[in-house]
Amino acid sequence: MKNWPLWEVFIRSKNGLEHRHCGSLHASDATMAIENARDVYTRRMEGVSIWVVPSAQITASNPDDSAELFEPAKDKAYRHPTFYELPDELKHM
Amino acid sequence: MDKDLVQYILGIADNALILGQRLGELCGHGPSLETDIAMTNISLDLLGQVRSYYQYAAKNIGGDATEDTIAFLRKEREYKNVLLVEQPNTDFAYSITRQFMFDIFHLLLLEKLQNSTDETLAAIAKKSIKEVSYHTRFSSDWIRRLGDGTEESHGRIQTAVNDLWTFTDELFHQTDADKAMVAEGIGVDVTLLKADFYQKVSSILTESTLETPQLQYFQKGGKQGIHSEHLGYLLTELQYMQRTYPNMNW
Repeated sequence: MKNWPLWEVFIRSKNGLEHRHCGSLHASDATMAIENARDVYTRRMEGVSIWVVPSAQITASNPDDSAELFEPAKDKAYRHPTFYELPDELKHM
Repeated sequence: MDKDLVQYILGIADNALILGQRLGELCGHGPSLETDIAMTNISLDLLGQVRSYYQYAAKNIGGDATEDTIAFLRKEREYKNVLLVEQPNTDFAYSITRQFMFDIFHLLLLEKLQNSTDETLAAIAKKSIKEVSYHTRFSSDWIRRLGDGTEESHGRIQTAVNDLWTFTDELFHQTDADKAMVAEGIGVDVTLLKADFYQKVSSILTESTLETPQLQYFQKGGKQGIHSEHLGYLLTELQYMQRTYPNMNW
């Protein structure tokens, strides 16, 4: 079991909402990963649908690059849509 | 009090209680975090079913009987579970094989019990079927994985199948309470489930590259309260708190 690959688990909590990453687990194949995810992550009615993805298939950004990737956005407050006057009829923006 | 009805309920419920307790032993001891949680989930499903059955039995017994007195304060011979479910967790192969054999039987039983003329039993069966369908899927999948896995896993699961096979026939024995309840349209005639059970089990074993044992001699006794040595130890643990601190609760 030490050799079982790692899987990332995504759960959709309600129909209409998106799948959200909720954790990872070990399983020998996709079928087992779904069953394990059902047992580990949906015991308290957390979801109505499960996706599993082999963790090895995920390409991640390198933490060492975070300075150049993310910091330039820090002082660009004008990118947030907070400078607009919203009409009163729009209640949920 | 309808004695046959009470005995009939216990005959079904005790299987779930004892198997639930066995699976509970794996809490924190499963072979991996994922299977550990899966087995203890099954345990909790079974204990949930047991509560409904025992509450109904307690109502029929009357007096001071409650679900707790039925679960915790009976003597070994008053438990009417089959020998199969009290067999120990020798290794993961045994736990899975025991589960697999029981699940196949359990699902066949509940599918019939949901048509019982007794509304409470029919309702409990209907609710439990969803849970037990998943148990069956889980344990059958593991039989396939281990049977058709490595040489080591194949050998171990075959050994477990061979050893536990001797307990399968008892599932289809009728007690006096069974017969009385079948006659009233309340109970399920388990003898009619036998052919289907062996056909289903053997087809999954074949699919898993495993041999179906050809055994002529079978163990029995659990349904009459005559148990294997393992049940006493299990009950000692199960009943410890109530026996040591009578009426304790939390």
